[in-house]
Amino acid sequence: MKTFVCIKRVPDTSEAEVKVDETGKEVDSSRFSFDINDADNYAVEEAIQIKEAKEGSVQVLCIGPQDADVMIRMALAKGGDSAIRVDDPRINQKDPVKVAKVLAATIKQEGDFDLVLTGCMSADNWNMAAGVALAEELGVNHAAMVNKVEVQDGKVKAFRELEGGLSEVVEVELPAVLTIQTGINEPRYAPIRGIRAAQKKELKVMGLDDLGVAEDEVNEASSLVELQKLYVPEIESSAEIIEGEPEEKAEIMAEKLVKGGLL
Amino acid sequence: MGDLFVLAEHRQGELREITFEMLTKAPEVANELGGSIVTVLFGSGVDEFADKLAAYSDKVLYVDDPLFADYNSEKYQKALSELIKQYNPEALMVGHTTQGVDMAPALAVELKMPMVTDVIDITFPNGKMTPIRQYYSGKVNAEFHFKGDPPYLLTIREASFEIAEGGKQGTVEKIESPLKEDIEYRRFIEYIEAEIGDVDITQSEILVSVGRGLREDKNMPMIEELAEAIGADISGSRAATDAGWLSHDRQVGTSGKVVKPKLYIAIGISGAFQHLAGMKGAKTIVAINKDADAPIFSEADYAIIDDLFKVVPKMTEKIKELKG
Repeated sequence: MKTFVCIKRVPDTSEAEVKVDETGKEVDSSRFSFDINDADNYAVEEAIQIKEAKEGSVQVLCIGPQDADVMIRMALAKGGDSAIRVDDPRINQKDPVKVAKVLAATIKQEGDFDLVLTGCMSADNWNMAAGVALAEELGVNHAAMVNKVEVQDGKVKAFRELEGGLSEVVEVELPAVLTIQTGINEPRYAPIRGIRAAQKKELKVMGLDDLGVAEDEVNEASSLVELQKLYVPEIESSAEIIEGEPEEKAEIMAEKLVKGGLL
Repeated sequence: MGDLFVLAEHRQGELREITFEMLTKAPEVANELGGSIVTVLFGSGVDEFADKLAAYSDKVLYVDDPLFADYNSEKYQKALSELIKQYNPEALMVGHTTQGVDMAPALAVELKMPMVTDVIDITFPNGKMTPIRQYYSGKVNAEFHFKGDPPYLLTIREASFEIAEGGKQGTVEKIESPLKEDIEYRRFIEYIEAEIGDVDITQSEILVSVGRGLREDKNMPMIEELAEAIGADISGSRAATDAGWLSHDRQVGTSGKVVKPKLYIAIGISGAFQHLAGMKGAKTIVAINKDADAPIFSEADYAIIDDLFKVVPKMTEKIKELKG
């Protein structure tokens, strides 16, 4: 099995204050901490488990800045064989269709493959679109939001996670793109020995010119949709805010629960 | 100007709510576009669905064929692609659901349709179609314009629009399937129902629910102690079940369970929309989170904006004391 796994470096905004910058089209990311996208981390683990079971190779792909090398090396330390990072400021990375185009060009340049795994969603943009768009660009099959994979002869059985805990089992002929849902496996920690070995593994850095992709196919001007503005929505809350020191808040809430008949 | 296509979504013999949510918004959108509402339905034995959809549509265009007995994104893409070429609508609305996200991006690439995904509202300032979506865990809204040529593709987030009664009596037109033969390279095998755990959280009166803010498995005893003190069952967000702190049958949200307890205490849950959709029907909601901007507070009745590790143990202690 020759597998590609596509990973993205994203900010952790789960507890961060998000502010729109003066352009009105970007957020101020100077204070965010960045790491591999959650779902992509599961995709890396799945790719490595498939390699361990079926032999073959895992190539890590990433569109991103040099700062992404740390997480790329981590994926190599866990068992990836080599990596390509596409670094070109002309790519409109907000547009999943453009991201898919660049990833497809990168994969095509590397030749045949059996599987491409991506996370099913990036935690910053939430499009859930790049993986399925990539399949179309590559002209191969796909299954989205997969939470279990069984590799068979020339095909995969993919368990798609639907709403309400229901699963849909589909059989997809290879080559194929699968977008991986979080929780599919337990991502491993990189072993120390692997971290050392990863430093010696190949990490190619490429730009649009290396890939033979014209700028006007993937830049912002080429996108078919246009971001007008970003803004922080008002959170409409009618909640009673419990005030005080942490201990006081705890006591007030306890009183409300017990004496207010909420239990 | 052209028509608005809305893709009907159904599964296991039922039209899904997202269909009616989109169709409730559709009159406004179709009116702005200067066209009519055409609901597109693929299925097998779906005459009854077509009639139901007619109450929300100017026209229901449907294919009734055993090839569409179960959802298959490849078949849907092929059929939709043919219909779009034939009818040339102005826009297409598809649910941003596990069905929609498995198909729409490929269709957008195939037909070079301008696409905005996970849309929470569609506005028309100065008559210009302006879909709104979100970035960064719902902390930022974004307004988009379509730049390329129609048809435009919008995938619509679930529960963005409240379903209203349909007041239309649209025509129903059964058409020949654009799909002439079955597809071998992707085959539907079966559905597997959700696992049933030791506790059915949809029946729980009180839920203590945990999220990413709990940080580690070793902090679960603190939660268990609170739950025991108030007679609650424990549930969690996707982050909590992915991390293995709880089994998957305890997950609250669109991909887990929809719960309606009389009391829901959300601890360290930021409240992604998928989670909110699963718990906003609770009678009383208490949210404890140190991030004042956490979306969970939009649904809360009581907000404790603070460090959960300082608040929860003290709250448990005080509850025990009060209950004697």
